[in-house]
Amino acid sequence: MSDIDIRKVVQEELNNIAPEVDMASVDPAADLREAIDIDSMDFLNFITAIHHRLGIDIPEIDYPKLVTLNGAVAYLMAHRKPA
Amino acid sequence: MAEFRMPSLGADMEAGTLVQWLVKPGDRVKHGDIIAVVETQKGAIEIESFQTGQIEKFLVDVGTKVPVGTPLAEIRTEGETKPAAAPAAALPKAPAAPKPKVPPASAAAPSPVQAPVRAPATPPAAPAAPGARVSPAARRLAEQRGIDLSTVSGTGPQGAITYADVEARLGVAGAPAAAPERKRAPALNLDAMRTAIAAAMARSKREIPHYYLEHQVDVTACEQWLAQKNAALPPDARLLIGVLALKAVALAARRYPAFNGFYRDNKFEPSQAVHTGVAIAIRGGGLTAPALHDADKLTLDDLMGRMRDLIQRTRAGRIRSSEIADPTITVSSLGERGVEALYGIIYPPQVAIIGFGKVVVRPWIVDGAIGPRSVVTITLSADHRVSDGHAGALFLAEIGRLLQEPDKL
Repeated sequence: MSDIDIRKVVQEELNNIAPEVDMASVDPAADLREAIDIDSMDFLNFITAIHHRLGIDIPEIDYPKLVTLNGAVAYLMAHRKPA
Repeated sequence: MAEFRMPSLGADMEAGTLVQWLVKPGDRVKHGDIIAVVETQKGAIEIESFQTGQIEKFLVDVGTKVPVGTPLAEIRTEGETKPAAAPAAALPKAPAAPKPKVPPASAAAPSPVQAPVRAPATPPAAPAAPGARVSPAARRLAEQRGIDLSTVSGTGPQGAITYADVEARLGVAGAPAAAPERKRAPALNLDAMRTAIAAAMARSKREIPHYYLEHQVDVTACEQWLAQKNAALPPDARLLIGVLALKAVALAARRYPAFNGFYRDNKFEPSQAVHTGVAIAIRGGGLTAPALHDADKLTLDDLMGRMRDLIQRTRAGRIRSSEIADPTITVSSLGERGVEALYGIIYPPQVAIIGFGKVVVRPWIVDGAIGPRSVVTITLSADHRVSDGHAGALFLAEIGRLLQEPDKL
């Protein structure tokens, strides 16, 4: 998967949690918890969805690396399964 | 013959609008089955049956607003036999509804929920099989996306089609690639919800003499235990610290019954069961606190699963009537928004609300030495007609004590 594909997946899953948010307008470096108002349950649902969709294991200790759009994409790119 | 009535879902509710039957005459139902959807100020609520038996007939038309207590259907309970001369009970409704009907177009309380959900006259693309159980949010999504509900398999209670089922069907169907079309906000009327919150909170402050206590608790043990447990688990099995908090409150409420129950008719009725109301913020504003039933008896894993489901359904506008009516004590948390302490307003007729703030790292003395510890401020707002500060202090201390041994929760 390319950077663009992964970004699309991340945005789709965030939109499932925050349907009213236009993800294109979210600052990719902003903390998602504030930028799109998600709580720990939302974030866990996001991690769960990404895990199911991409098959990437995301241990709890790595959560802080995924709190921005750019951070999440970079993390998932680095941990993606070989094609 | 038992009557299925418009339930009271809070002291301030006077009437509700029947928006959907999820059963049909002749269907067997049991206690706890979801059989109808009613619209109230709190949004569309899924109503459960209190009886076990067979639906005999409907007494009220879909789209009708009726007062609390109005019979909506007759249920033939276990052991009753059908009268020999009874008419075939296959009609969708009884010929003579006991209450005046309000035409859908002029219903008294318009809300965004009504038009799409109250669909007797406007079934665009989503006609389910007659009598099929479909949640309002699922029906709405199906209509928006042109999905035929008869092609969707239901995974909800009694095979009810849920929002997730329609989403899954959309995934299979590839969805009309109209990506820009964003899902609508949940089927909740936030203006009506604000009115309901205003009424309940104003009544609370008018009638309940609140007292407030706070207690700072070291939750380092909880964090360490959670980190260790979650490290070995996939994301969908991991626990949140909020679940430990809920369980600790529920166990403490069982031990201190003066904080668990209802104050009605000038007297306190303690509750044997502990149904913790969980304050859930709704996107776009609004708040509701539906019950997690028997929270004191559930394992942490079960509690987490139930909480996840409850939050998801609440935000999708699919709360059940028992979840609205049953909370015996409420737990609220604003910690994730950076707030260190919150002083809640009791939701009448309950008599207590517990607040959890943000977990912060503070210098703390343990065994005579100062070190960094994770600390949370827990607050209690309680009804002085029922308890005093002394008992409140013991109750809060018990919650703190329970959080020192998370493995025993």
